[in-house]
Amino acid sequence: MTSFVLQVVQTLLCIALAPLVTGLVRFVKSRLQGRRGPSLLQPYRDLYRLLQKEAIVADSASWLFRFAPYVTFAAVWLAAAMVPSFSTEMLLTPAADLIALVALLGLARFFTALAGMDVGTSFGGIGASREMMIASLAEPAMLMMTFTLSLLAGSTAPAIIGGFVVGGGVGLEVSLALALAAVVMVAIAETGRIPVDNPATHLELTMVHEAMVLEYSGRHLALMEAAGMLRLLLYMSLIACIFAPWGVAQPGAGLGGLALGFVAYCGKVAAMAVALAWFESMIAKMRVFRVADFLGGALLLAVLATIFLYVSEAV
Amino acid sequence: MQALHFDIAHMIDALVLMMGFGLLYQRRLRSVLRTFAFQATALAAAAAWQAYIQEAPHLYATAAIALFFKAIAVPMALNWLVQRLGIHRAVETALGVGPSMMIGVVLVALSILLVLPVTENATALTRESLALAMSVVLLGLLMMITRRNAVTQVVGFMALENGLILAAVGAKGMPLVVEISIAFSVLVAMILFGIFFFRIRERFDSLDLHYLEFYRGERQ
Amino acid sequence: MSAALEVWNPLWWVLGVPLAGAALLAVVPSWRIATWINVMVSGVTLAVSLGLFHDRPPPTPMLFIDDFNVYLVVLTAFVSFTTSVFSATYIARETQAARLSDSHLRFYHAMYQAFVFTMLLALTANNIGVLWVAVEAATLTTVLMVSLYRTREAIEAAWKYFILCSVGIGLALFGTILVYIAAQPVMGAGIAAMAWTELMPRAAEFQPDLLSLAFVFLLVGYGTKVGLAPLHAWLPDAHAEGPTPISAVLSGLLLNVALYALLRFKMILASNGYTVLPGPLMIAMGTSSVLLASFMLYRRGDIKRLFAYSSIEHMGIVTFAFGMGGALANFAGLMHMTMHSLAKSAIFFAVGIISQNAGTKRIADIRGLTASDPLLGWGFLLCVLAIAGLPPLGIFMSEFLVVTSTFARQPLLTLPLILGLLLTFGALLLRLQGMAFGEPGKDMGHPRPTRTGSAMVLVPMYSHLLLVAIAGLYLPEPLVSWFQAVARLLG
Repeated sequence: MTSFVLQVVQTLLCIALAPLVTGLVRFVKSRLQGRRGPSLLQPYRDLYRLLQKEAIVADSASWLFRFAPYVTFAAVWLAAAMVPSFSTEMLLTPAADLIALVALLGLARFFTALAGMDVGTSFGGIGASREMMIASLAEPAMLMMTFTLSLLAGSTAPAIIGGFVVGGGVGLEVSLALALAAVVMVAIAETGRIPVDNPATHLELTMVHEAMVLEYSGRHLALMEAAGMLRLLLYMSLIACIFAPWGVAQPGAGLGGLALGFVAYCGKVAAMAVALAWFESMIAKMRVFRVADFLGGALLLAVLATIFLYVSEAV
Repeated sequence: MQALHFDIAHMIDALVLMMGFGLLYQRRLRSVLRTFAFQATALAAAAAWQAYIQEAPHLYATAAIALFFKAIAVPMALNWLVQRLGIHRAVETALGVGPSMMIGVVLVALSILLVLPVTENATALTRESLALAMSVVLLGLLMMITRRNAVTQVVGFMALENGLILAAVGAKGMPLVVEISIAFSVLVAMILFGIFFFRIRERFDSLDLHYLEFYRGERQ
Repeated sequence: MSAALEVWNPLWWVLGVPLAGAALLAVVPSWRIATWINVMVSGVTLAVSLGLFHDRPPPTPMLFIDDFNVYLVVLTAFVSFTTSVFSATYIARETQAARLSDSHLRFYHAMYQAFVFTMLLALTANNIGVLWVAVEAATLTTVLMVSLYRTREAIEAAWKYFILCSVGIGLALFGTILVYIAAQPVMGAGIAAMAWTELMPRAAEFQPDLLSLAFVFLLVGYGTKVGLAPLHAWLPDAHAEGPTPISAVLSGLLLNVALYALLRFKMILASNGYTVLPGPLMIAMGTSSVLLASFMLYRRGDIKRLFAYSSIEHMGIVTFAFGMGGALANFAGLMHMTMHSLAKSAIFFAVGIISQNAGTKRIADIRGLTASDPLLGWGFLLCVLAIAGLPPLGIFMSEFLVVTSTFARQPLLTLPLILGLLLTFGALLLRLQGMAFGEPGKDMGHPRPTRTGSAMVLVPMYSHLLLVAIAGLYLPEPLVSWFQAVARLLG
């Protein structure tokens, strides 16, 4: 019963929190750039405004185009709800493993890319092909990292890996540091942040994600945008859950434990949002063909993490 | 406590290795130099940490040399050279970034496979830092082979040297480490001097002997 | 041992004299005086090093003398002395042609002595770390001398030499560290685990695989400096573009020093006993050097490059011999090392003067040497015949020993070796014929040297030649037994 309640809370929490996180990143970024920037709540207003508007669909669009936003949003939402945030005692926790997460995100991406190509505009096609290029590199890196973690902790479930890390089973492990670096790089690529993609631009030379959703409007666009925000939150939760699992309420924790877990979770996400904003302000976007090197680097880090695991095992 | 000492040493060594990959990854001269400065800083940290856990104060001198000479003075000098000589800002590669990084991973795996079985008598600390140090050395060598202009070649050499110093500080109680790092610093200083004085911009494509002989009319 | 006694350690004198000489020469403004000081300092070094035969100092943690290195120390002192005599004439004629300025020459002389110092330090070092530092310093000093002429080619050669050998000695350092790591569990941390005299008796207890790995790095590292194929790329350029006296000491001495370092480590491996035998590796590199150099010799158009490739070939033979191991092959290797030093430096003395006379290094433009200057020409001819391995000169003897000892144990391995030797012989004769005989070419270079000037070239050259000839005909009994003792040490 508790697990069901907690799962509902978690599911609602992530949809409620996701726009705030995006808002926080934008806010901090604009402050770093010397602007006042929009209010923290601006993403909520944007989503609300889009939902009010009429959804206009191109003549050439098929049913797929209308269908895709719902699938994308649902897949990402489900994935986000599965990652333990403030408590590991949730209905979906046993089902949440990294491979399932990768699959859900892959499903969302697949439909987004299809929808991008469906209308038949050139931008949609460019965006879709670029997205697929990124995915084809990011997913192996993500799976390699999963492989490393499962070798280390004996499981692919984030909750169990997190428990292993917080239980002091590993100490300061080089493999873990490398896996963290790899997952951060993958996350940057997957959530379309600088330096891989710029969420704030519609410049045809560089845009990836924005190019695919260019034809959307109204509630469809709102769903796509919300899916993007959820994806950002999801990766933050995932990193927090695996690499910084301190304070997460364990099964059987009382109300105090849950409150502590919630505060810790908010603190971690906020810290990551600030770090992301700082990082994005520091560096420039890379050329598209460099993305392959970047994600190749992530894959390489994940491979190295596995190799180093072997070193430590051999000691 | 011992485990923590070990973990931290291992972590810093891995950081030096990561910077070695960073050097292969960078495509701009300025970024290469910055990455090198990070690597040297990490090396200084590794040396200082080894000095602390081995209770070998002379290693602090090695750390200081790494920090002040290699992390600060050399990158500054090279930056100045790059500007002064108008060397191309982009790194010319003989082998692309992706393939060279892949070879790098293979080299790391190779050095681990080579070092671990043969060092069963040594302490865990020594063997791990040795495996990592050998990887750094091989990556430096790889960089020297795959990057074309003189500055990146020199950076590759210094990265190789960082790996050597890493191995030397990791070997428990090794004497003469400070002398060796001084000798290397002299070498590096000479190389920098050579680049400036003789205005060597490009690597002479001279590792290929035939080209040279042709150029000199030796080849009929 | 008290500090006062230490002062009288003859090793301090052997090392101190060239070092003091370098310091002195760095401040002597006139190159005329400097050349003479250079000769005198080298002579004193030779005299002091001869003293080592009588009064062998006890080993200290840093320096030592044993049966093996004492003869290399004396050989080094001797060749650097004769080269300094040759250098006096060579430099005097270069200044006439205004190719070198006063400050360059001051630098040259100081560096010459510094170079001799580093080589002697490497040979007498008891500590593998000191050995490494000395070889590194030798690289630095020679780089500076190779780039002396400041031409585009000279700088390019120096740069290539510098980069390749820096990488080489970097890898050698890694090997050195590995040896220390192998020794440390047995010997305990500290200076003892880096000293030859301490390492040798306990080598059997070291981890053999680690030593093997170390040896691979050392072979690649110091092997670069020896000029073994495929790591030889720097050698012909550095020999061709530097001043000729430097070519003489590079070929005659520095290659030996690098090989000496390698052999010391091989001794540790040999007395360990459980390692993968270093022999096959050395044989492979030796054979490839011999074959590569012998084929390359046919295409050379530059006289100094020709003999640089010949050095690669001979270092290949020596490495091959030590790789074979065993008393006879080691004996042959030691002898060949010595003979090559003497003969090759003598050739470079002659080449220096010949190319100065002709004003070119192109073989095609050098003709009729035996007619134009009989003493020089015939001497040169004999030296080249010696280096090509004509019986009964010393090099023939040592090559013969290498081949027979190989044939007794691994008959198939003699095939590539003999092929290489024959090819080299043919190539050298082919080039020699054009240079030595025929109508003398017109001298485009410097005016002829004075009588003293030529004597200062001819006397060193003929004395080397004489030693090589004597060694081929008759080796005195004490020398033989002593070489045999060293050969046994090498395992």
